Amino acid sequence: MKVLVPVKRVIDYNVKVRVKADQTGVDLANVKMSMNPFDEISVEEAVRLKEKGKATEVIAVSIGPQQAGETIRTALAMGADRGILVKVDGDVEPLAVAKILKAIVDAEQPGLVILGKQAIDDDSNQTGQMLAALLDWPQGTFAHKLELGEGSAQIEREIDGGLQTVEVKLPAIMTVDLRLNEPRYASLPNIMKAKKKPIDEKTPADYGVDTTPRLKVLKVTEPPKRTSGVKVKTVAELVDKLKNEAGVI
Amino acid sequence: MASLVIAEHDNTNLKDATAKTVTAAAQVSTPVHVLVAGSNAGAVAEAAAKLAGVEKVILADDPLYAKLVAEPMEKLILSLADGYEAILAPATTNGKNFMPRVAAKLDVPQISEILAVESPNTFLRPIYAGNALATVEAAAGKKIITVRTTTFKAAEATGSGTVEKIGSAGDPGISKFVGEELSKSERPELTSAKIVISGGRGMQSGDNFHMLDKIADKLHAAVGASRAAVDAGFVPNDYQVGQTGKVVAPDLYIAVGISGAIQHLAGMKDSKVIAAINKDEEAPIFQVADYGLVADLFKAVPELEEELTKLGY
Repeated sequence: MKVLVPVKRVIDYNVKVRVKADQTGVDLANVKMSMNPFDEISVEEAVRLKEKGKATEVIAVSIGPQQAGETIRTALAMGADRGILVKVDGDVEPLAVAKILKAIVDAEQPGLVILGKQAIDDDSNQTGQMLAALLDWPQGTFAHKLELGEGSAQIEREIDGGLQTVEVKLPAIMTVDLRLNEPRYASLPNIMKAKKKPIDEKTPADYGVDTTPRLKVLKVTEPPKRTSGVKVKTVAELVDKLKNEAGVI
Repeated sequence: MASLVIAEHDNTNLKDATAKTVTAAAQVSTPVHVLVAGSNAGAVAEAAAKLAGVEKVILADDPLYAKLVAEPMEKLILSLADGYEAILAPATTNGKNFMPRVAAKLDVPQISEILAVESPNTFLRPIYAGNALATVEAAAGKKIITVRTTTFKAAEATGSGTVEKIGSAGDPGISKFVGEELSKSERPELTSAKIVISGGRGMQSGDNFHMLDKIADKLHAAVGASRAAVDAGFVPNDYQVGQTGKVVAPDLYIAVGISGAIQHLAGMKDSKVIAAINKDEEAPIFQVADYGLVADLFKAVPELEEELTKLGY
């Protein structure tokens, strides 16, 4: 069974995001970019499936600028076998990403597609579910645990009230949550090896997908700032302030 | 043309998140209809029909919908989509699960976790964990929207809509619910509690969270946690407040032993009043706290319990 893992190049999660003065977006110039943290968990899960002999090949896909090739290299260094880079500049909305991925799934015929539950830039949380719908496949979103069976998989999901288990027929889509696994660091020999692994370069046009955004971003602004309040010296003073000044208890 | 709200419920009670989504829907397109998909969920439909502004409740009562599994939900919502200009669901783990499927099938983008309706086709939504806010305009066509319910007031139970029953739209037969482990608690839910007390890595163990439970019982508060505390195994995942956990905006948020990583702040910075107890006076949590107490939580929390007892809580 092949496993397909889409990976997104995003602003590194440790970087403090700054909104541009002209309100057209956030400043990405000279900012450290990395693989979306949830996608690292997807790659790790796919590589573990291969190590357990349950997956035959792990294919990493990225849709983005030329530099998204580096994100694919990271996945290859973690243990993915080959990459597909779909080159496109500018923002690509989740629906367009899902359409490109559908075309790749049609060509590659994976048994499982593992995606991060959301990207930490647009926080959309849509792509996996959209891909599942376009393929008419079942989905296990926000995965906490995966058990692969014959022709089906049980996926334990993180839901608002706790945990839920669903059984899905394969092929299926899984989107991962934080606690599915702890992604490995790529070792130096594996980073060297990854340089020799093949990356196929494509464009959205190769898949007949129009990536023009359908939502128009009118402006991007800073959220209202919270100012820091006062320091209290004792618990008694804290309780007094909460009761008599703020009136919240 | 009308808007359709997909109800959040547990087959017995209608969740507050639905009433808040009705408020958002009324600002997008009226009249507002509510879809209650569930199993033996008649009481939920009755409650939804009483929400102000709701003209009609559509009740699809079938065992297939007991757990709102994504694939049958997609089919059901699509079977109703024709009559609506906008379809909205609260941004709960249910809404996030099935709504993008509906959007993809209708070939329209989804607008996730809106914070405000600026005009019927312009919405405010958080990006980069709430460190930036985007104002986005939807193109012509149906609008598929999930709603961050912390910023909308709940529609009141003063209405008198009708309830119409419909049958199942069929099971695609590719997925099924197997089981669930839900955290049992007598306390209010994190996302609707007026007071939330959360613990972080500083709590050091799951047992120590019982100190927070005692305060929560006195204040009728919910107990939450930072990602660090969840990852360390102190408490289950559904306690997590933050960018990837729950977003809360209570009247009072008490952060105990939480340093205040950006990802945590994203989940609680819209709280009306924030109080923080941390022994590190440089902790970033103090930059957003209205009241900060630099103290060892293992002394301060028992003291807090005593002070509250003195005041009759």
